[in-house]
Amino acid sequence: MTAGSTTPPAPVGAVVDGGTARRRGWGWLLLVPGMLWLAVFFVFPTIQLFVTSLYDPSGSYEQGYAMTWHFANYLDAVKDTWNLFARSFAYAGIATVVCLLLGYPLAYAIAFKAGAWKYFMLVLVIAPFFTSFLLRTLSWRTILSDQGPVTDFFQTVGVLPDDGRLLATPVAVIAGLIYNFMPFMTLPLYASLDKVDYRLVEAAGDLYSSPFTGFRKVTFPLSLPGVVSGTLLTFIPACGDYINAELLGTPKQYMVGNRIQAAFLTEHNYPLAASLSLILMLVVVLMVVLYVRRAGTEDLI
Amino acid sequence: MADTGRDLRVEGLTKRFGDFLAVDDLTLTVPQGSFFALLGPSGCGKTTTLRMVAGLDDPTAGRVLIGDEDVTYLRPYKRPVNTVFQSYALFPHLTIFENVAFGLRRRGVKDYKQKTLDMIDLVQLGPYAARKPAQLSGGQQQRVALGRALINEPAVLLLDEPLGALDLKLRRQMQIELKRIQTEIAVTFVHVTHDQEEAMTMADTIAVMNHGVIEQMGAPGDLYENPETTFVANFLGQSNLIRVDVIDTVDQDVVVDCYGQKVGVVASRSHAGGRNAWLGVRPEKVFAEAAGADHRVGSNILTGGRVTDVSFVGVSTQYLVAMPWGQELMVFEQNTGQRPLFRNGDQLDITWSPAHAFLLDADQDARAGVMTPEDDE
Repeated sequence: MTAGSTTPPAPVGAVVDGGTARRRGWGWLLLVPGMLWLAVFFVFPTIQLFVTSLYDPSGSYEQGYAMTWHFANYLDAVKDTWNLFARSFAYAGIATVVCLLLGYPLAYAIAFKAGAWKYFMLVLVIAPFFTSFLLRTLSWRTILSDQGPVTDFFQTVGVLPDDGRLLATPVAVIAGLIYNFMPFMTLPLYASLDKVDYRLVEAAGDLYSSPFTGFRKVTFPLSLPGVVSGTLLTFIPACGDYINAELLGTPKQYMVGNRIQAAFLTEHNYPLAASLSLILMLVVVLMVVLYVRRAGTEDLI
Repeated sequence: MADTGRDLRVEGLTKRFGDFLAVDDLTLTVPQGSFFALLGPSGCGKTTTLRMVAGLDDPTAGRVLIGDEDVTYLRPYKRPVNTVFQSYALFPHLTIFENVAFGLRRRGVKDYKQKTLDMIDLVQLGPYAARKPAQLSGGQQQRVALGRALINEPAVLLLDEPLGALDLKLRRQMQIELKRIQTEIAVTFVHVTHDQEEAMTMADTIAVMNHGVIEQMGAPGDLYENPETTFVANFLGQSNLIRVDVIDTVDQDVVVDCYGQKVGVVASRSHAGGRNAWLGVRPEKVFAEAAGADHRVGSNILTGGRVTDVSFVGVSTQYLVAMPWGQELMVFEQNTGQRPLFRNGDQLDITWSPAHAFLLDADQDARAGVMTPEDDE
């Protein structure tokens, strides 16, 4: 739109307004299913979680808990588990970066170079979802086992000492995270890159950009929405993950998710579990907001 | 600026896509500073030729030279050539200023800011420098694409159907604008288009392409007035093509037999070899007279016509006239108001000057290059 758009004359405007008002009367009904869904599965559980986080910690599963607005739960939770938080964010951060480094070339190849193989390759990216998450993670125990070929290989080339292992180390946990969240990185990246008009890349070449400069100045900026959503879809669930640490690590590699799981399901310490969950949620939301601001995605088309 | 050191030369350029020969042994020279149009229907190889000059496609054979420099296999970003793309291909994430400055910044030009602002002024987009391409109209985007290419002062500017996406009125306006800018900065323009009016309005020289080869090349007037093939006769404007037998050459005229009536064609306008030929004459060169009226001396005359259709289009009236051998000929007449219009069923004789007709090879398809409604987007 250029600057010159004018408002329609009054009588016409009145008619249009009447029509808009009528539509406005019923349009909100379309929101009802979504709103109900959010209320039942998000708002209500979150409130419940918040209330639980303020229960008196001296209660128990058998005797029940008293609501005492016990804000000290949060302090106790942080004192108890700050190192788990640090580890979670570190593991999730490393996994996200590696996913991006592996996923970007893959998505780029599928979008621009795969030709007739494009859809086949996309199916391969999604294929792991056809089996259970647990089963796939368990099979990584075999892949990384002490007698397995991968450990053998790294021992032979000297990266690992002869008695060194992969399983039950941070490497195994992070590798598991990378593997499990790779499709969540690759698919949004692919979607973004696939939308990049190849003629723009040609235009960059025509305007004195080498292929690398063209990528840096045109292709990559245009794929930023995919980078942002891919990293979010990887980082957020990876922060809360506990399966990979459980199956591929030891208590030394436990992440905050493991602590929450134990507090909820083993110790039945609901106030601790709830406050941990809420802290994790708040910190992640804060990080995401800062990140999205920084990446400036609202400015991208 | 205006020496001939930067002529664009294309020698034996050939491009094959599998079995399909898109461009077939093309040779041409575009003099520096001229406005050259490659005109042809879609699929004729004109865009492929342009892309090979730009370096976006590699030729199967042949050479591209700018001045004496062979650029055939030079990467696009190393050529002194810039392109205005058909869809503009503006960078959507950059502002108009950044789009126009793009080429200068890649080459590390120091005072790019002032140059960019000057160029934005030249294409009359001053108030829009800070906007994104999506916020501009089609005509404005077209000017950004032009400025973004021109700012690099290329030896050759390539334009790939640059006005194709604009509506008719805006297109006419931009044609004049483009021609003005080209004259002002004296850069060689190579303009690819399927719109014959656009090519004729702007170009100094037109090469009409069909099936990967150049059918005819020359100034717009020469191509229009003296086409050498049926394709050119039909693709540039419209032509009446009548089957004739060549009888004799008398002085400067070739005499042909047109279904029993003898007419002449100036010998230099005969491009037919054999005993048969297509006699061509443009509809606006044909005069209609009531049957039996006094005819002009020296004119070719065909008698026995009958009006079968009258289309009044304001500045002119277009008649279809059925001849005794069944063919319908087109006659366009200016609405000068000097005489009443003919009506359906009126008996006519039609006349024209031997200097306005042309003879074409009888082996060529008389329908070649005729625009069907589907072709005309």
